[in-house]
Amino acid sequence: MTAVHPLQHREMTRCLAVVPAYNEAATVGRVVRSIRDALPLFDVLVVDDGSTDTTVAEARQAGAVVLSHPYNLGIGGAVQSGFIYALENDYDYLVQIDGDGQHEPRHVADLMQEMDRHPNVDMVCGSRFLGQHFEYPSPISRRTGIHIFAFLLSRIVGQRISDPTSGFRLYNRRAISVFARDYPHDYPEVEAVLVLHHHRLRMREVPVRMYLREGGLSSITSGKSAYYMIKVMLAIFVGLFRARPVPEPGGEAPVAAEHGI
Amino acid sequence: MEARIQLLAVIASGILLLMVLELVRRRRLLERYALLWLLSGVVLLVLSTFRGLLEDAAGLIGVEYPPSALFFIAFAFVLLLLLHFSVAVSRLADQSKVLAQRLALLEKRLRDVESEAVEEAPEEAERPRAAAAR
Repeated sequence: MTAVHPLQHREMTRCLAVVPAYNEAATVGRVVRSIRDALPLFDVLVVDDGSTDTTVAEARQAGAVVLSHPYNLGIGGAVQSGFIYALENDYDYLVQIDGDGQHEPRHVADLMQEMDRHPNVDMVCGSRFLGQHFEYPSPISRRTGIHIFAFLLSRIVGQRISDPTSGFRLYNRRAISVFARDYPHDYPEVEAVLVLHHHRLRMREVPVRMYLREGGLSSITSGKSAYYMIKVMLAIFVGLFRARPVPEPGGEAPVAAEHGI
Repeated sequence: MEARIQLLAVIASGILLLMVLELVRRRRLLERYALLWLLSGVVLLVLSTFRGLLEDAAGLIGVEYPPSALFFIAFAFVLLLLLHFSVAVSRLADQSKVLAQRLALLEKRLRDVESEAVEEAPEEAERPRAAAAR
């Protein structure tokens, strides 16, 4: 029997599982069904990022609400649509679960438990590299990159971060409202940690197990890895010096009319 | 190579780099478009600073006067940047087209839904419409 998490006992706690999906027809149905099995009190939103296959039909059939982008925006845009949806529909918690089957919905209970235990924490992240007995079978070049980012971020943020590229994350209302307004464009997971830090929100990690991608195509080929690393390094470097981080309520709109250049 | 033009080149590429970084910091320039600018700026700065490197580059390209090599390389970067932006603009044009089309279709569906509502409950639907028309 799946343990029902304490947070869900509270009356009217609205929880949303966001599944960003780009051409994941092979796995999205199964992912949605396993979320609905493991987390019956979660609403499931599949964000279709301009898929050209039958992802939408599969998702609908499995019982998810589907948001369809008119064209592909990338994982950053897709997850942000999830945040906007959560904000507009008054959700209390949002968990991101990838559409390719890498994340195990049963671990969401671990994420929620951590958030319950630390009420001042705004984001709980599932890490592949915390528990000793979890071995994530990924190529060593990828893991090295991840460890480099982890080291940098840990120094900047002032707390130990072991898996900054993990998308398996649980957010509370404060985090939802920040990221609905501003979420990084490309390969956003690492930069999002910095955004969180700028807004003085807190995060924690818990060990989880993840599976290798099955079906579909990975968005990071070995050729793109170098470009990805440079881009994220730049974002980290620039993020260090940001005086005006992100739009605040009452501040200038993120996309404002041009005055001058 | 004259000291003056070298100094000018170092200052110019330095200012370019600082401008690009500041624009990214203020979120007016996306990182993905800044990368090529930064690469250009860094290469030009390095070549301006290290005469030896620039002279090697001049030899490779086949010019006598090293500052010419700097101009040549800067120009090549400018062409690359322009091409890059043409590609970006093309993608944006495509995306705009898709948005315009979806918007048109959405408005049609909305009109259909509104006129259905009018048919089913003409008095209720007409009241706010009439008030708006006044």
